[in-house]
This record gives sequence, structure tokens and C-alpha cells, in this order.
Amino acid sequence: MTLLDEPVYEEEIPEVEEATLKFEAAAIRAESRRGFLMALPAYAYLVTFFAVPLVIVSVYSFATRNRYGGTDLSGWNLDAYRKLGEPIVRDILFRSLWIAMLTTFICLLIGYPFAYFLATRRPAVRNLMLVFVMIPFWSNFLVRNYAWRVLLGRNGLVSDGFELVGLGPREFLFTRTAVMIGLVYGFLPFMILPLYASIERIDSSLLEASRDLYASGWQTFRRVLLPLSMPGVIAGSILTFVPSLGAYVTPEILGGAKSTLLGSYIVSQFLTARNWPVGASLSFVLMAVMLVSTVAYFRSGARNL
Amino acid sequence: MSASTAVTITGITKRFGDVLAVDNMDLTIADGEFFALLGPSGCGKTTTLRMIAGLEFPTMGSLKIFGEEVGTLPPNKRPVNTVFQSYSLFPHMTVEQNIAFGLKMQRVPKADINRRTGEAIKLVQLEGLEARRSTQLSGGQQQRVALARALVNSPKVLLLDEPLGALDLKLRQQMQRELKILQREVGISFVFVTHDQEEALTIADRIGVMNEGKLLQVGTPEEIYERPANRFVANFIGQTNLLDGTVESKDTVCLANGTRIPGQSSFGVGERVAVSLRPERASLHRLGDGPDGHPSIDGRLEQVTYLGNALIYMVALDWMRLEVRTENHPGASGPAVGDEVTVSWEPGSVSVVGD
Repeated sequence: MTLLDEPVYEEEIPEVEEATLKFEAAAIRAESRRGFLMALPAYAYLVTFFAVPLVIVSVYSFATRNRYGGTDLSGWNLDAYRKLGEPIVRDILFRSLWIAMLTTFICLLIGYPFAYFLATRRPAVRNLMLVFVMIPFWSNFLVRNYAWRVLLGRNGLVSDGFELVGLGPREFLFTRTAVMIGLVYGFLPFMILPLYASIERIDSSLLEASRDLYASGWQTFRRVLLPLSMPGVIAGSILTFVPSLGAYVTPEILGGAKSTLLGSYIVSQFLTARNWPVGASLSFVLMAVMLVSTVAYFRSGARNL
Repeated sequence: MSASTAVTITGITKRFGDVLAVDNMDLTIADGEFFALLGPSGCGKTTTLRMIAGLEFPTMGSLKIFGEEVGTLPPNKRPVNTVFQSYSLFPHMTVEQNIAFGLKMQRVPKADINRRTGEAIKLVQLEGLEARRSTQLSGGQQQRVALARALVNSPKVLLLDEPLGALDLKLRQQMQRELKILQREVGISFVFVTHDQEEALTIADRIGVMNEGKLLQVGTPEEIYERPANRFVANFIGQTNLLDGTVESKDTVCLANGTRIPGQSSFGVGERVAVSLRPERASLHRLGDGPDGHPSIDGRLEQVTYLGNALIYMVALDWMRLEVRTENHPGASGPAVGDEVTVSWEPGSVSVVGD
């Protein structure tokens, strides 16, 4: 019996194992092929409309502006990047960073309590309120910015409101404040939605446990709620900071000529000053800042979004 | 049991909108006792616990902890701590940070925090796991962290909300023993919410049985099992046969089919009651073979279930089925399915319950 059985066993097992491994490998290959095919349209789109233009912009940033306002694709140099160190450009860069940071911070300040409120409502109420958050997207961004122009203008509602409470007429239009109001208004939903998603995921019994363990409401926020919703805070901040930094429409419509921001400056370099290399190099620096903040986000161990 | 009272609940009612979660409840829990609140899900036991913790506020009534009215105090102002059903450990903290949290919030000096946290870790045998994240622990270990995190604060009362619900049977039984030992060691009262009657009987000094927001009976496990206050308690605690009948005299009940059986009760003559006969208190005999002087009912054996250490007989009466449980004696030949049989019991082994 043993003599007959054993050879069969010894022959069969490696064969079966080998065959199984082969099948598995083939299945994994097929799976990844299918995955690639499904992602192909997106890849094609991104390469055509993102990667290729990006390469073009980067090429232009090292090119030279000729005296007629054209760009010579020769004599490669770093002049355009050196120009970013000049006071005018540096001021614009810092001012834009400051405004973007302030916008992000104000959005966080307004958005966090709202997102928490949203996350703790009954599902029906919550969905209704989510719709309210998204309603502004139903009308054109440009139109909404012009609406603020009316509201903030000389005889606008905001000015009337100030007059009503005895602070005299105030006109905010064409000031940095107006730009801030417009930016906060425009990007608040991008702060609220990721915050909501991450707060909603937190088990409310953790907050109860914290209260049970002698933490006050504020301590519970500081020690439990905020750390656990950090992925949402970071995601929301990036989604607000990045578009604020490059914002063009809002500062153009609500801001004054005195305080040009990065977006407007880049456009003017391309269209008015006809200095494509500088416009391109600024675009690149802007993208680098955004890239760094996005990498920082993923480095922070964010799992949401 | 010490003479002082840990928790005094007087006329507590809790409403959620139209839902009456707890209905005019009175209960006192003594210092140092292991008290189980037992009932089916939705009976108000967890709401009661949460009111003691301060996570819900009573709609009406008074709630005192060691004589001090706490009904409207927030949870962080009450000298009690809770072990939550799903443990609710902070996922962004280590085991040690979780346990130290309460002391830190109370601004206990750093050296004391370290010492007490260390003691608590030792108490629940978690040495060596201090630096682990709570998410890297097994269910049993998480359970211990939750216990240590609550006990480290030296609460006057420890509240436990179905803390063993998520554990498998073996671990659950082990934790029941450990909890009991732990409770004796720390000497404070534990209020333990469970829907598992066996667990409540095993672990508690006293049990409060709840249903539909009402506290139906409070007593030692023995009192609750042997002298259930009503039909619900009799049915909920352990297995039982409830034979409907009416009271004929102080010590006789007339069953639905006219059989008269002895049953002591304080109910008035003519009142509708049920006689609770525990399956293990009944014995099965061939028709007419029941011991002399023991009350009995005749029926037909319908089903036998083999449980290894026991046999469950289902006996069909004219108007209901009776369950009889006997020890399994290998080789003994009992009646066969379809036989006419007599079910008998010792006169004092039944209890008469009202609705």
C-alpha cells in the first residue's frame, strides 16, 4: 500500500501547486489588463489636456522673450525665474499666499461648526442641508461674483446694513476685504464637504466617552473630535487653499487694481505684458506650492477622500 | 453589602419624543454591589444607565449618587465612569494614553497619572501593551483597556453597557469571572446592563428586570428565578412552562382544562394567573406512574431532543405543550415518542405568577 501510494503523492503535489500558481499569475495579469483598459480613457484625456500642456508651459518658462513681445524657443535660461525674486512679483506672491491662507482659515472657522452640525442631524435634515450647500453650484460662478458686486457696491445691501446700524455707509467693493468675502463664499462648500465626510465617520460614542472621562466640551473638541477629523480639515484646507491661491475671476471682479493677485498677474503676463516666460514660470511656481501642500496632505496619513 | 446607597433613582421618567423609554422608575443600588439591569433590547435599561452616566437627562424624577442630586449635571461632573458597549477606545491614542485620558482631564499631577495608569494596566493584565494603538488589540484586550480607562479614575460607581456583547462565548465566560473578581477587588458598585439572563444570573448580586420602560422586579438571582414577580419575568429568566389558570383558593389553581394543582399565591380568588413550572423541576413518567402525592398532568410525548448531558421532552397537553428536562443517564430507557405520559413535580417547585 505505502509503496503504491507515496510516489503518487510526491508527483502530484508539486504539479498541482505549480499549476495553481500559474493560474493565479494569469488571473492577476488579466485583472490588471482589464483595469488598465478601463482607465485608458481617463489616461488619454489627462495626457492630452494636462501632461502635454504642462510640458509646453515648462518649456516656455525657460525660453526668452524677444523685443516684439514674442517668445523665442532658443537661448534657454532662468531669467523668468530670476524675475520672480523682484519686489513687485514677490509682493504679489506673498499677498496671494496671505489671502489664500486667510481665506482657508476663515472657511475652516465657518465650515467646521457647520459640518459638525450637519453630521449630527437626522439623515433627512442632513441631506436637505447638503443640497443647500450645493445649490450655489447650480448657477454660474461668474454670475455669483457679479451678484457680490451688487451686494458690496455703493448702494448695495451690505452698505445699507452698515448704515442701518449707525456705522455709516461702507463700500467694500474693489478692496481686499471684498476679495476675501468673495473667495470665502466661493470656496466654502469645498471646505464643508470633506469636513462633513470625516466628522460624519466619527463614532459619536467616542465623544461621549471623552465627556464621561471628565473632559469638558472644549477639551472633547481639542482632544478627540479635532484629531479624528484632521483628514477632513487637511483635505478641506487644500481644496480651499489651492484654488484661492490661483483665483482669477473673483479678484478680477471684486478686487481693485491696487492689490493684484497671482492669477491676474499671470494672465496679464501672457496677454498684456506679452511676457510668456514669466507667466509660465509663475504658473510653475504656483503648481509647485500646490504640489507640496498636496504631498504634505498624503504624508500626514490622510485616509479620507 | 455596605449600608450606604450608591445610586438612588426616584420617579425617573425619560421620554424621547413620543416614546416612553423609562417609565416612573424607582431603584436603589447599594455601595459595593454588583447590580445587573436585565431586559430585552429596547426595554430602557441602556437609557437608565446613560442617565446615571449623564449622557441622557431624565424628563422627570430625581437621581442621586451617594446622596448628591446629579440629574442635571453633565457627565464630566459626575463621579461615575462608563465602559461602553463597543468600548469606544480613542483610535488616535495608545493604550496608555487611553487609560491616562481621564486623569489628564482632571489635571492630576503627571507623576500620579503615571503611577495610577501603571496600576490600572497591571490590574487588567495589559503589561507590555502600553504603546499599542487601541486598533491593534483583540476584542478581549480592548475590553480590558476600556475597563482600565474607567477604573483608573476611581469612580464611585462603574457603569457597564453590555460590555461583553461583542465577545465570543468562551471569552465572555472568562471575562464574566474576571469582572466579578475585579469588582470584589475594587469594592465599588458595578451597574451592568445586559440582555443575557444567564450572564445576569452568573455575575450579579442583584438583578433588576426591565421591560417596556418599566422595572418589573428587583432581587437576588435566586429570588428572581424562584419567585418571579410576573409572567414576563418568569419567561425571560430561564426556560419555563406557563400553565394558564385561575386562582381557586389561597393554595389551589384551576388550570385551563379543569385540573386542580397546588400553588401558593396571594392573588384573589378567580384571578387569572399562570403557574410557572421550570422544565428541570418536572419529571416524566409512563402514564399513571407519577410519584404518589405529587401534582401531575397527563399528556402525549411528542418529541425528544438529545443535548448530550440532558434530554428535552416535549409533551403535548390538550391545550399546550410542556417542556421537561432530565439528566441524561445512558442506557436508561424512557418513554418513546407517541406514548402517553405523566408529567409530575414536587408540590413546592412551581410559582404562581400574575400578568
